[in-house]
Amino acid sequence: MNKTFQTLFDTYNWDETLASINSKTAHDVEYALSKTKRDLEDFKALVSPAAAPYLEQMAHMSKMTTKKRFGNTIQMYVPMYLSNECQNICTYCGFSMTNKIPRRTLTDEEILKEVAFLKAKGYDHILLVTGEANKTVGVPYIKHAMELIKDQFSNITIEVQPLDQHEYEELIEANLYAVLVYQETYHRDEYKKHHPKGKKSNFDYRLDTADRLGKAGVHKIGIGALFGLEDWRADSFFTALHLKYLQKTYWKTKYSISFPRLRPHSGGLEPKVEMTDRDLVQTICAFRLLDEDVELSMSTRESEVFRNNIVHLGITSLSAESKTNPGGYTVDPQTLEQFEISDERSTELIAEMLKESGLEPVWKDWETFN
Amino acid sequence: MDTLKIADKEFTSRLFTGTGKFSSNDLMAKAILASESELVTVALKRVDIDNEQDKMLQSINQPHVNLLPNTSGVRDAKEAVFAAQLAREALETNWIKLEIHPDPKYLLPDPIETLKAAEELVKLGFVVMPYIHADPVLCKRLEEVGAQCVMPLGAPIGTNKGLKTSDFLEIIIEQSNVPVIVDAGIGSPSHAAYAMELGADAVLVNTAIAVSQNPVEMAKAFKMAVEAGRMAYNAKLASIKKHAEASSPLTSFLN
Repeated sequence: MNKTFQTLFDTYNWDETLASINSKTAHDVEYALSKTKRDLEDFKALVSPAAAPYLEQMAHMSKMTTKKRFGNTIQMYVPMYLSNECQNICTYCGFSMTNKIPRRTLTDEEILKEVAFLKAKGYDHILLVTGEANKTVGVPYIKHAMELIKDQFSNITIEVQPLDQHEYEELIEANLYAVLVYQETYHRDEYKKHHPKGKKSNFDYRLDTADRLGKAGVHKIGIGALFGLEDWRADSFFTALHLKYLQKTYWKTKYSISFPRLRPHSGGLEPKVEMTDRDLVQTICAFRLLDEDVELSMSTRESEVFRNNIVHLGITSLSAESKTNPGGYTVDPQTLEQFEISDERSTELIAEMLKESGLEPVWKDWETFN
Repeated sequence: MDTLKIADKEFTSRLFTGTGKFSSNDLMAKAILASESELVTVALKRVDIDNEQDKMLQSINQPHVNLLPNTSGVRDAKEAVFAAQLAREALETNWIKLEIHPDPKYLLPDPIETLKAAEELVKLGFVVMPYIHADPVLCKRLEEVGAQCVMPLGAPIGTNKGLKTSDFLEIIIEQSNVPVIVDAGIGSPSHAAYAMELGADAVLVNTAIAVSQNPVEMAKAFKMAVEAGRMAYNAKLASIKKHAEASSPLTSFLN
């Protein structure tokens, strides 16, 4: 298995793909909606402008499909930022190397303090996040942090710099469950503009990260695009293409999709392409109608009203009360955040909202038996 | 609910249950009570015939419950007839659920031996309820030899897979002159409701109740599902539309 997604990806052309999406007709959308199993051409129709008048119908179908597969439950998770040190320049990120912000990496004591806070809130699944600073926050640091907290969480997911296969294998031995790694944008040239310096500027290495994860045998891989950098319809399609490739190739692995939109931050980049709330709902529904089983995740980047409604339309996992700066829960709330969150409600309020909506917040859905 | 007649007996409940796989006789009795089932199948091979105080039998000895011994474990018509006679003597009933499955892995019924045994047992005065594959032709043949109902499977026994044979069940239900009882494979109340919506006269459920986390609650759920399915069948289901029709808008928050 030496081939990677890159081989397939390189057979596609961004402009042609976008043109193909934009040329979809109402007939294509209706055909896609009438099928029980949908393919990537159907997905193009569902994210196309032609699908806009069908949004309500898509939402109902997405809701029913999600309910059938996942029931009335929402998986709860929470991010914990370990470090904001970063050697990359990313035009849209508050952690970008050129931003003059106070940098910190949590000590063992600070990690445990944060963990105590989150455990008291009821969380059992945690997402560890770092910037990319290999000398200070490399694999040894991440592994150490995982070992420090592994007895307290049933599920540890990381969102860190892309690693080599053997490094993932090492972390899997230390109870790693899942890895989230977003391509940001699948537009090769635009990607370069947004990542001019640092290891992250290597588009291909990042693109093949999920392959390395699949080969390492991680339980779950989360992918996605950062909407706002480029055309969201094309970026959605390439995410779907990536998903389908991974499912066929690494069939023992589970997958999740996230839908981050550009949020205000210290870098100050305005979105090149606006993705409206309506567009985001269309995208989420399109993913659900493409794949009944894939997990769809929603962060606190989105507003209260949006999150209150989207939990019924295909989303299966949700974070709450997130802090996007290291030590943000208990240690040092003053450190600059990676991005501003929008839904600032407490964990308790989010859980209450879910219950009132007829949904059960699920705090534990996995146990690692190592 | 309208009543169901098999041979000379009328049943108010269209849910038949079994006695296998429960964690205790006590739990089994409670589940059967909760199901309100009036016909309960029991494997002859599990009954201690010589012991009048057989605990399992005592557990289901309730006034409204009729015993339906089955021939589970036999491999051909000859063994089936012998087992049926033994059951009649021991349990004082001429009702028999005819099960012949020579295949120990999937327990799939042997259609040839079943037809042979049914013919003989009817001649011997039995009320024969044959467990068979969802084979419309075989059902007609069994009807011809005098079986009082047919019991086609929804999926391999014990799998909880639901009505995998629904296309054939529809044909059987459409063609049958005797009650059609869907047996084997029903894994959830919704499967049972679906069978009733299709027009089945009754369903037989054992594993799905016995193996659930709460057999008593599950038995109640099946009872309600069977009633709902029958009610829906009688009320005539609405036609299927191609697309979901919005009852309340989900995207109005975007406006």
